[in-house]
Formats: sequence, C-alpha cells, structure tokens
Amino acid sequence: METRALVLSTEMAVAAGTVGCFAVMRKMTLAADAFSHVALPGIGLALVMRLNPLLGAVAALMLGALIIWGVENRTGISTETITGVVFSLALAIGSMMASGEELIDALFGAPGALSNTEATVGLVGGAAVIAFMLFARDRLLISMVSAEVAATSGINVRRLNLAYLAAFALTVALGLRYLGVLLMGSLIIIPAATAKRIARNINGMLAIAVGVSVASTLLGTLIAASIHRPTGPIIITIAGALFFLSLAWR
Amino acid sequence: MKNSTILEVERLAVRFGSAEVFSNLTFQVARGSSLAVIGPNGAGKTVLFRALIGVQQYAGSVRWTPGTKIGYVPQKLDIERDLPITANDFLRARTSVACASRDEPLRVLARVGLEPALLDQQIGTMSGGQFQRLLIAFALIGHPDALLLDEPAAGMDAPGQEKLNDTLRSLQTDDGVTILFISHDLSVVYGYASQVLCLRRGDSRMGPPEEVLTPDRLKEIYGTPIAFHIHESNGN
Repeated sequence: METRALVLSTEMAVAAGTVGCFAVMRKMTLAADAFSHVALPGIGLALVMRLNPLLGAVAALMLGALIIWGVENRTGISTETITGVVFSLALAIGSMMASGEELIDALFGAPGALSNTEATVGLVGGAAVIAFMLFARDRLLISMVSAEVAATSGINVRRLNLAYLAAFALTVALGLRYLGVLLMGSLIIIPAATAKRIARNINGMLAIAVGVSVASTLLGTLIAASIHRPTGPIIITIAGALFFLSLAWR
Repeated sequence: MKNSTILEVERLAVRFGSAEVFSNLTFQVARGSSLAVIGPNGAGKTVLFRALIGVQQYAGSVRWTPGTKIGYVPQKLDIERDLPITANDFLRARTSVACASRDEPLRVLARVGLEPALLDQQIGTMSGGQFQRLLIAFALIGHPDALLLDEPAAGMDAPGQEKLNDTLRSLQTDDGVTILFISHDLSVVYGYASQVLCLRRGDSRMGPPEEVLTPDRLKEIYGTPIAFHIHESNGN
C-alpha cells in the first residue's frame, strides 16, 4: 500500500472510531448506518457530470446532514425517523443515477490508486474531524446526558448537533473509497459498539473504538489487496468478528 | 431591576400548538432566596423551568440579572446501565467546559455528601439518589448564582432527602445561592421555601408559604383537600 493511502485510511479509521462512540451512545446506531447511503445520489450526479465522485458524495452528505438537522429542529421528529426517510429517498434517487460497475464500486468500495483530489480532501477532512472530536468531546458528552444541562453549561446544543452531523457526514465521505456507501456506516458503528461493551470509561471507549477501527481497516485493506477482492466487505467482516469476540469479554 | 432581584419574569406564556400551558405569569425572585414551585401534574412546572433556562420557546420576558450563572438539575434522567461514562468523566467534562479548577470535582462531590470513591463508578449503575446528588454536584461546578432543581428529591430515601435539604439550605445560607425548586412534598416546601409559586392553568399565585399553603388555597389548586405535616424543626 502506498504511504499516503496508508495514512489516509488510518486517519479515516481514527475519525470513524471517535465519531462512532458518540453515535452509539446517542442511540443513533441504525440512523448512523443508514446515513452513509445518503452519499449515493451525490456520487451518481458527479458521475453524470464527469466530476470526482468524492466531491459529489461530500456535497450530498453535507446536504443530508443539513436536512436532517433542519427538520429535526423545526418539527421535533427524531433523528432516527428523519434519517430513515432521507436515506430511502437518497438510495432511490442514487440508484436511478448510477448504474452497472460504477454502482457496485459506489456501494462496496473500489481498490486502486488515489487521485490527488481524493488524497487532499481525505487528509484535510480527516484531520478536521479528529480535531473537532477532540475539541467537542466534553460538550458532546454533557449534551448526550441532558440537552437542558448542556444549555445551562453554556453549550449551544443546536450548533453542536449540526457540527457533529457534519463531522459524521465527512467521516462517511472519507471512507467511501475503501468501504463504499453500504458499509461505511458499519465502520463507524461496529468498533464503537465493541468498545461500549468492554470500556469502563470514556477514554477507554474512545481508545478501544479507534483500535478496532484502525486494525480492521488496515488488515482488511491488506487482505483485500492480496486476494483481489473489494475492501469494504473484508474490513467489516473483521470488525464484526471483533465485536462477537468482545461479547465473551464481560 | 432592583439589585436584590436576581430574576424578573413578566407576562410569561407558553403554548404547545393550540394548547396553552400557562399565560400571563409575572413574578420576581430575590437574590439569595428560595422559591418553591408547586402545582398539579400538567400545570407546566417543568415547562416553566425550561423557559427560565432558555430551552423552551415562550412569549413575554425572562430577565436574569446580567452575569448570573445558572445551574440546572433536571427531573430523573433515563441513563443506560452500560454507558461507559463515569462520574469522573461527567464532572471533568463540565470542569473543562467551564474552565474551572481541576479540583472542582472533589469539592462539589464533598458538597453534596458523596464519597470520592464514587468518581470511578459508571453513572448508569448509580442509584437514583446517588445520581441525583451527582447532578447537583455537576450544577455546582463554576459556583452558580442560582440553582434550579426539578423535583430533586424524587427517588431518594428519607435520609437522602434530609441530606439534600441540608445541602440546599447550606448553599443558600453559606454561599448565597438562590434556589428555585419544584416539589410535591408540601412539608419541605413549607419548611424551606421563602416564597411559593402555585402554578395552575389560568390562576397562578405567589406568596410566602404560610399565606399560600392554606387548606382552602390547596383545595383550589389541586381540586381536592390536601393535608401535610409541618416539621417542628423546620422554618426559616
């Protein structure tokens, strides 16, 4: 694996592990998984317009995050419900736009050399997500326990929720190349779910989630390259196996 | 606003769609006093507190003295048992956001009568009383000027309630913290509150406990005769 691909996939896995911890603790497990599918129409549109699919995915995911946040704030409907609707709509529109091999690549991830655009967006985006999670960790923790308590602690909960959804969307976009639309949400959720079972405190949870995510990604990418198979299913199989191993832990 | 007043509420009204929770609510709270909010279920006590802390849309005005730091203790929270967040994680998060001293968790824990050993316990495994006191400890980080407590004694045993009352009394008398609390325990309200706000749709009143907690007035508020015990040791 070339060095920048190694750095990029590690960065993506660290971002997925940390973002996933709060998704799992906020009971967004299913919504988080479905949310990654929102990238599909953006990828489809980018392919039609002969643009880089990654840019289309980032645009669609950010728009999806804004729609989910806006509808949630305006109507009080839960994140889970809105994501379900937005995700179904995105999948339907995306499937109409992309076809054949392109669709398979978008759904499951495609091995191959990284373009300069992908590498730059990936490195900057990954660093931004990790920096945000380090900065917002305490605020996210308090608002997860109680939004009212967070508000009296001087936290702007609405803005924090939007920033978190944006970080989530960016993390999904970073992993699309390796895992595809169908499986990227799983890399955010499974390592965090594994960590939640084992960890005794928040630092432990973050460390275990990052460890499982990075190990699954690197090992999965190496195995996929050696047997010439798509990377996504192998990464998620490893992460899933680690989750089931963790069931025997406590 | 007078110097001695920490909160002024004028013509406050909250509606959920076409349903009015309360309207035309006007009252003031003196700095360092204790205000009890009572009323039947559905009268809007929690909604009032949510409006006072700014997380509930309302009409009218809520004015805290500029610079007032508010601590809020919500009604019982539903926390997952296996959440890997310890009391230490929770208190440290607040300390970090408030840029408070690193010793704050131990100070506030002692203030509410919890042992330091509790810091390593996961918040989902705490008893109702322990978690309630942890929420109060959390609210005390950064030295708030006013503390709003929504049924703080719910789920506590009798000694726990006694301890809580002592803590709140000491916060008010020793630290000058203004206390606003919702309670269904009229004995506590009678013995502890300087003022009582009776919240009732269309007809809310405020006054000292001995004027508001009369049998006739309580029957009007709750729609049925209410009796309560006055502890001899109580009284301000």
